[in-house]
Amino acid sequence: MTLARVRGEIVATIKHPFYEGRRMLLLDQLTPGGDETGDYLVAIDAVDAGVGQTVLVLDEGNSARQIVDRAQAPVRTVIIGIVDAVDCPA
Amino acid sequence: MKLGRVIGTVTPCVVADGLRGVPLLLVQPLDGRGARRGTPLVAADATRMAGPGELVSYEGGREAALALDPWFVPVDHAIIGIVDQVSRPDWSAE
Repeated sequence: MTLARVRGEIVATIKHPFYEGRRMLLLDQLTPGGDETGDYLVAIDAVDAGVGQTVLVLDEGNSARQIVDRAQAPVRTVIIGIVDAVDCPA
Repeated sequence: MKLGRVIGTVTPCVVADGLRGVPLLLVQPLDGRGARRGTPLVAADATRMAGPGELVSYEGGREAALALDPWFVPVDHAIIGIVDQVSRPDWSAE
């Protein structure tokens, strides 16, 4: 799991049937300090996250398919939490 | 999932079982703001409707194979959707 910030939504009319009715969000990946790493992800949303929020994102297929409860869904990246605070003194 | 721009097509003459008839497209990966980044890759088109010039979302790894029908096929990148809009203020589509 990594930290990321929601930057926007992605709209696609033509897509794999699994993605029908699911929100796709564009995320910038973050360091623990909250800076952008320069990398990004497109994820589906399991927690109703909004633009600007810091989120916990999962980028692993088996776990993602467990969350959406579909054994053969072509999905790997899911937002699984909204983060209030990160405490990283080091 | 990542975002990419379709920049061409690939027409194979011999393919592995399960990939017959699956469109193969050249995709230029983009960064989170729409700029081109990285080397182009060949992706199987699970939508079967994408074409050159279009913005697409694609999945890599084992999940790419799950997007196709039949689903257990030897691909490492598959186009999952054709993107109409990215609602990010500093997005600049190339």
